[in-house]
Amino acid sequence: MKPNRSLEIGTGLFVLLGFAALAFLTTQLPGSGMRLGAAQGYKVLAKFDNVGDLKAGSPVSMSGVRIGRVEAIAFDATDYRAEVTLRIEPQFDKIPDDSDASIQTAGLLGGKYVGIGAGGSETFLADGGRIEFTQSAIVLESLVNKFFANFADKGSSTGTAPASDAAPTKE
Amino acid sequence: MPEEPAVAASKEAVVRVRGLHYGFGSRKIFDGVDLEAARGRVTAVMGPSGTGKTTLLRLITGQVAPAAGSVEVFGREVTTLDTAGVYSLRRRMGMLFQNGALLTDLSVFENVAFPVRAHARLPERVLRQLVLTKLHAVGLRGAAELMPSELSGGMARRVALARAIVMDPDLLIYDEPFVGLDPVSMGVIVRLIRDLNDALGITSIVVSHDVRELASIAHHSYLLSGGKVVAHGTPAELDASPLPIVRQFMSGESDGPVPFHYPAGDYHADLLGDGKERPRS
Amino acid sequence: MIGDTLSRIGRVGIFLVRVLRHAGVVFTEPRAVVHQIYNAGARSLVIIMLCGLFVGMVLGLQGYDLLQRFGSEDALGVAAALGLLKELGPVVTALLFAGRAGTSLTSEIGLMRATDQLTAMEIMAVDPLRKVVAPRLIGGIIAMPLLVAVFNVIGLFGAQLIGVQVMGVDTGAFWSQMQGAVELDDVNEGIVKSFCFGVACSLVAVYEGYHAQPTAAGVGLATTRTVVISSVLTLLIDYILTAAFLGR
Repeated sequence: MKPNRSLEIGTGLFVLLGFAALAFLTTQLPGSGMRLGAAQGYKVLAKFDNVGDLKAGSPVSMSGVRIGRVEAIAFDATDYRAEVTLRIEPQFDKIPDDSDASIQTAGLLGGKYVGIGAGGSETFLADGGRIEFTQSAIVLESLVNKFFANFADKGSSTGTAPASDAAPTKE
Repeated sequence: MPEEPAVAASKEAVVRVRGLHYGFGSRKIFDGVDLEAARGRVTAVMGPSGTGKTTLLRLITGQVAPAAGSVEVFGREVTTLDTAGVYSLRRRMGMLFQNGALLTDLSVFENVAFPVRAHARLPERVLRQLVLTKLHAVGLRGAAELMPSELSGGMARRVALARAIVMDPDLLIYDEPFVGLDPVSMGVIVRLIRDLNDALGITSIVVSHDVRELASIAHHSYLLSGGKVVAHGTPAELDASPLPIVRQFMSGESDGPVPFHYPAGDYHADLLGDGKERPRS
Repeated sequence: MIGDTLSRIGRVGIFLVRVLRHAGVVFTEPRAVVHQIYNAGARSLVIIMLCGLFVGMVLGLQGYDLLQRFGSEDALGVAAALGLLKELGPVVTALLFAGRAGTSLTSEIGLMRATDQLTAMEIMAVDPLRKVVAPRLIGGIIAMPLLVAVFNVIGLFGAQLIGVQVMGVDTGAFWSQMQGAVELDDVNEGIVKSFCFGVACSLVAVYEGYHAQPTAAGVGLATTRTVVISSVLTLLIDYILTAAFLGR
């Protein structure tokens, strides 16, 4: 067969493109994979008792506007808390350093994100700064448990019929 | 058996077919065919359309197996050879197909080079010389870079001929080489067949129904009809044959032992009937 | 009927083995294989990318519409990625492959059969299975997973385009949820599927072409059969593989 240069180049491009796509799919999609893309903005640290299923890459927002994303989540073995690194985009550089961070859920089944509530301080968070006031993720199961516990308490105190059915199983 | 031995025993037969039977389903194509192609001679196989001339070539080249009988090529029995054996026999054969059968995605040069590249590792320079020599022999050296789609029917057949002889075969088989050619191209092919035979001493088998062209090149002719060899001999002998079927075929009369009509029921009954009483269906 | 089907499967299987005996062409005649990767792959690339984009965009719209009813539109990335990787990517690509590359393989080989080119090769003591069929089969098998990967990436881009740019899903949520939920096994499932579809579609195409009746009508019929058989076979294999992967 006669060599045909443009054909070979075309095939080469196709194969390269295909393998690049394969590489993207295998490394970028699964959570265990590597990350591409240079990070922008400054880093802020916050410690939480419980991060729930917050992930690296989850959004960080203030008043519902996204201002950055979670860069890393690590476990601090000294105080048994999760240390979350937030990367805030550079244009949001006027965040008071006494602001609070809480882990919230988007929708009933949606993903977790970090919500920042503005404080009143005159000094602002800078690269490597720390948010001291944090509120952990609300774990749905504990919420449900708490709800049923309250319900059972209330039921046993008023003594209505359905609650008295529930009470013996509780005690 | 109606035939005598085909050729004088002194001439060595390159192809020897004995008692050949072959058929598709219930339809018999060959019912005991015997023929031989002598070394260095041009053997013609003639016959009306549909007598299985092309099938005969397929049997000789080992593409299909006969129901009974023997096919010997170069002294080896084709019917019992395995694929590798058949392939090694075919390396000594060349075949010219009715429509040339050039590989459409390769240029003329690459078409002729194809069998060489497949079977031998030659330096590109030697290969080029070989291919151009063969193309020159068929008068198409100047067309080496054309694609098959750019060739006329006659040119395509000449390229195919160059391809068939590029490996210097001992046996060349032509399947209907004259069909659909203008008189000039026909003359060129006739001349090439004769020249190749004379110059290279190639044994040739030509399957055709063009009586006049065959008469000018064949040393020995076979006439097939009804699954049998009905006559054979030199063109002059066949011309002089008293057999009606030979007379009809050689002179091209429309009706005779080879009937003009395909077998059918009674003509009047068919025309006058209402169509519902057709015997078959 | 069952006997016919069985013997047909048997014939295709024997054909596959006969062709794969010539798998060495990858090394002895890499150029022929490259040519066929180009024919089956590079020439299908534009249609694959175009369709991938639209499938992804539809996933973005439909996924968003479905998920926002549960207030979970952030999960759009997961839905799009899993849908593309595990099902839509391999299956749609295989169907497009059957229509684009499969038919051209069948008609090309069928025409070579009809014009005696295959017979001519046999007479020249060249096995057409080696010279014609094997490079095409292998080229198709190599091209398919690459096409699927391209389809998936473009599809994800399309879903992201609609979901994030148009519907306003957060980029970070889109990607982070996707990365959190997609496992390497999901990617592998897609690759295994695309490989199996590649073998099935390419094999059907070359088989039908090689065994086409040597007439114009015969080649046309073989081409139609390629599309029909490849499509049905793709969906059948898809079901079997999905069941197998879920059952693990």
